[in-house]
Amino acid sequence: MTDCKSLILELADKYGRERASLLPILQGVVERNNYLSDTCMTDIANELDLSAAQVYGTATFYSFLDTQPRGEYVIRVCKTITCDMHGKKTIVQTLEDMLKIKIGETTPNKKFTLLETNCLGWCHEGPAMLINDTPYSGLTTEKVHDIISEFIKK
Amino acid sequence: MAKKINLTIDGITVAVDEGTTILEAARNLNIHIPTLCFHEDLCVAGNCRVCVVEQEKVKNLPASCATPAAEGMVIHTNSMKVRMARKHIVELLLSEHNADCTKCYKNGNCELQGLASQMLTGDHLFLDLVPDKKYTIDMFNTAIIKDDSRCIRCQRCVRTCEQLQSVSALGVAYKGNKMKISTFFEHSLFEVVCTNCGQCVNRCPTGALIERNYIDQVWDAIYDPNKHVVVQTAPAVRVALGEALGMATGKIVTGKMVAALRRLGFSSVLDTDFTADLTIIEEGHELLTRLKKALVDKDPTVSLPMATSCSPGWIKFIEHTFPEYLPNLSTCKSPQQMFGALAKTYYAQKRKLNPKDIVSVSIMPCTAKKFEANRPEMRSSGYKDVDFVLTTRELGIMIKQAGLDFEELPEEKFDSFMGSSTGAAVIFGSTGGVMEAALRTAYEIVTGREVPFDGLNIVAVRGTEGEVREASIKIDKVKPEWSFLEGVELKCAVANGLAHAKTLMQNVRDGKVTYHFIEVMACPGGCLGGGGQPIPTNKEIRTKRKIAIYEEDMGMPIRKSHENPEIAEIYKEFLGQPLGHKSHELLHTHYTPRKRY
Amino acid sequence: MSHQTLKRVDLIFGEYSNEKYKILATTLARTNDDILKDLLDSGLRGRGGAGFPTAMKWRFTAETPSDEKFVVCNADEGEPGTFKDREILLRVPRKVFSGMAICGKVIGAKKGYMYLRGEYKFMVPELQKELEIYHEHMRQLNHDFSIEIRMGSGAYICGEESALFESMEGGRGEPRNKPPYPTTSGFMKKPTVINNVETFVNVLMIMRLGADQYKKLGTTDSRGSKVFSVSGDTPIPGIYELELGMPLDRFVDEFGDGDTKAVQVGGASGFCVPRKKFKDTVIGFEGVPTGGSMMIFNSSRSMYNVLHNYLEFFEEESCGQCTPCRVGCQQLLKGIVAVKKGEKKAVYLDQLMKLSESMKITAKCGLGQSVANSFSSIVNNFKEEMIY
Repeated sequence: MTDCKSLILELADKYGRERASLLPILQGVVERNNYLSDTCMTDIANELDLSAAQVYGTATFYSFLDTQPRGEYVIRVCKTITCDMHGKKTIVQTLEDMLKIKIGETTPNKKFTLLETNCLGWCHEGPAMLINDTPYSGLTTEKVHDIISEFIKK
Repeated sequence: MAKKINLTIDGITVAVDEGTTILEAARNLNIHIPTLCFHEDLCVAGNCRVCVVEQEKVKNLPASCATPAAEGMVIHTNSMKVRMARKHIVELLLSEHNADCTKCYKNGNCELQGLASQMLTGDHLFLDLVPDKKYTIDMFNTAIIKDDSRCIRCQRCVRTCEQLQSVSALGVAYKGNKMKISTFFEHSLFEVVCTNCGQCVNRCPTGALIERNYIDQVWDAIYDPNKHVVVQTAPAVRVALGEALGMATGKIVTGKMVAALRRLGFSSVLDTDFTADLTIIEEGHELLTRLKKALVDKDPTVSLPMATSCSPGWIKFIEHTFPEYLPNLSTCKSPQQMFGALAKTYYAQKRKLNPKDIVSVSIMPCTAKKFEANRPEMRSSGYKDVDFVLTTRELGIMIKQAGLDFEELPEEKFDSFMGSSTGAAVIFGSTGGVMEAALRTAYEIVTGREVPFDGLNIVAVRGTEGEVREASIKIDKVKPEWSFLEGVELKCAVANGLAHAKTLMQNVRDGKVTYHFIEVMACPGGCLGGGGQPIPTNKEIRTKRKIAIYEEDMGMPIRKSHENPEIAEIYKEFLGQPLGHKSHELLHTHYTPRKRY
Repeated sequence: MSHQTLKRVDLIFGEYSNEKYKILATTLARTNDDILKDLLDSGLRGRGGAGFPTAMKWRFTAETPSDEKFVVCNADEGEPGTFKDREILLRVPRKVFSGMAICGKVIGAKKGYMYLRGEYKFMVPELQKELEIYHEHMRQLNHDFSIEIRMGSGAYICGEESALFESMEGGRGEPRNKPPYPTTSGFMKKPTVINNVETFVNVLMIMRLGADQYKKLGTTDSRGSKVFSVSGDTPIPGIYELELGMPLDRFVDEFGDGDTKAVQVGGASGFCVPRKKFKDTVIGFEGVPTGGSMMIFNSSRSMYNVLHNYLEFFEEESCGQCTPCRVGCQQLLKGIVAVKKGEKKAVYLDQLMKLSESMKITAKCGLGQSVANSFSSIVNNFKEEMIY
């Protein structure tokens, strides 16, 4: 977790302080801190001369701009039709069993958050998931085991 | 001249200026297309879709509020296709809406209810979505209640808060089925930058944003034999109350209002205008003192421009947004709070009442006054100075509850004392009024002459909506004790609506402008456009109220605050002198910075 | 039934020049009128799904006077079943940048943006490297047109052009009222050309081949080739570049698993074509248009589940501002569930069909308007699956 104030100053210097800079700054905070805390959002509002409600309204519009604390690794499993047809439910079950959390939850050690998401664009290789920014497709129970075991070791 | 566009609406061909929307063109023809998200004061949203119409040769139904008329357009506003679509849209809104209308404060005064009744919705076509929604009601604020279960997400409130007030305490959050109108992190309104101005309440088409009403508490006080209930009425109420009771817009109903209050059972019917005059005396002297400190003593700590402090929405705005300018605020309390403090001291003494038995009620065009009355700063009488604040709308409801035929009531006069007032006090209800009233008095104190304007009307400072008004007045041939003001050009500015107040303050902060005295009213048009005034509101309505206010001023026998005989009396009997010890104790206060977000 | 394989095309992904940015250099030397004429002659229509003639869009923008104009590449590929833009950007990014630069020249823009969906963030480092090469070439050509990548963050609706502008301007991705159209008021309210990734590639290929050669591909109404994203019940899912104007039965012959019961053409916002209509359905602007998504369902699939999945998607991905879309999607979803559970009689489906018709004609943007496409085509063709 990087300190909000300095991080936001750094991002605002990089992207500017216009309204159009808001999304890159929000994305930058999420990239570093995994989510947008209320203090981060008020700091952003302050820096960009927006109201906090405006920042909150923009952030909550976007699925990837979490306003709840998230783990170090956010797993988003695609739930759209072709992934669903090709065994998404089994993949979610496998992940839930391995991480001992349900969809929407974060592991107690704050390492993993498990979410579902809309179409990731890997319909030809479903089921698919993102772990942070990296896509994993053609998932099977075995493959998920291998991937998650690696992350658990990290 | 604007280019003309020819179009046909419901068989009538009409030429309109380029840029006119289909909705406007239809209204010019007296064809009423229903709307919900549309509001004259706000930018077009085009999101409720209730105003859709059929355009020949076009597959989809355009939203008439958002579609400019185009050459040769043929429009049908009530075709089968339109009727079906519109009914579907209203049904959809109802399916998301907590429609237990009899439990709603806006029952009978709700635009959605009006449309539903017009369309004979009857048995709802679609499933009720409300049970699955986790709607919340914010009841923690003393002024405004926000009930998401009644919200139709038209975003009028969001646009009001952003465009008219540049506060943006309310925004739109989430998307899809979860989309909602929300404060920052869904905090209660009392925890965020909301100024309680109530402009959102004035524009909410349903019961999603309403004032917290204190009607029952006031009835309880009235019927409590041990209580002496005094009521004060703000200047802007008397030019708008009639609207809430079926009368035409812009009618002056001062006398009927007094009669009604008496019939409701208030022990004493008094006038906030009295303390408006008092404010002018105190604030006028404060301004002159500050000018002396700045010009003669060269005191670098004196804060200029001095800003008016009557508008509680403006006070909370400056606390949040420009806390560094708090020293610039006049230390005078608002007339409401001066009245409250005096009601439980001076008035109690004179009437030989125990202040603990006095219940002090105010009728205000304002929702922020409810918050103001509950401020911890406002207990200088040793009690809560103002116990209950009712809006113009709430008074309208009480009058209806009491079964009074308002229009038929006789014209009656305020009780005395603290009931007499001047034209200067009445114009507090309009933007620029405090400035004008202050100048009428201050100029005369300094020069011994009346302000050099025809009929005392300082038209130059009468604010207009949508701009910051600037004026200056040259002071010359002053009395000897004010010699330091000889030749000074007193520079003033007037702003109404917080968006313009923000512009004004930014310009002051950036050193682009210098003024001695600024007047700010939080609401468009000043108090006459206040958040507690009858619904609906628009520029035309506010203009009529404004005309009425200045008419009332012209009709008053006394039009300068310092000539109010009761004012002279209160200084003699109780206060001593302006800015004196007693004044400081009861009539002045200080505010504290609040967090910006 | 014909078993002749569909004609594969190698326009989009094919190597087009040994010399980097050669076609771009020669095109930049041509006159704008000349370029626009070629584009017009080619009959190119936008590849995002709506199919607006590209030459007209460019010309309108070119003719709008303004101190500043923009070119935006819509890479917010979010339609379920579509993944072709990712492949194009991974394999031939230079063609995309070239198309954007040509557009910039024609309309008089100095700045281009690529709005890339958040789900494709993993591609950014590679694209940035390519952009460096591109900018270096532009410096050598002494031509002023820079391209910047802007990221989405998980919002399907941002693929709608005006919502995309709102998002780029730092707001919620809520579609705007139209008019005004982007050609007069787009990004930062300036005249803007916004085209799909594939459209820009087509532009470059038209510049390379000439309109006459390009026109030989496809049909009168649907010129050129199209990159299809094939998924679902198919033994060979993936990306295929095919001529436009093909009949659906031939597509199913080639890509189906022998048991195809329906094909969803154009993603969740497109149309579901049942087996009995394969023969009469042409894929192209004259028939069923598509942004490239072809999802194949075999007889083991419940079309109720398919529709349920789509409606859940729309219910969440609607921006939420307009009534028909925000509430309509919830009603359609809850409605089919109620019918399936027997809580509502089957005739309620007729009520929902009427609702979807209203959504189609009253929603503020293409998303809300297009929900009816999949809804009515699935409910009409598979009614019994909705009830029992």
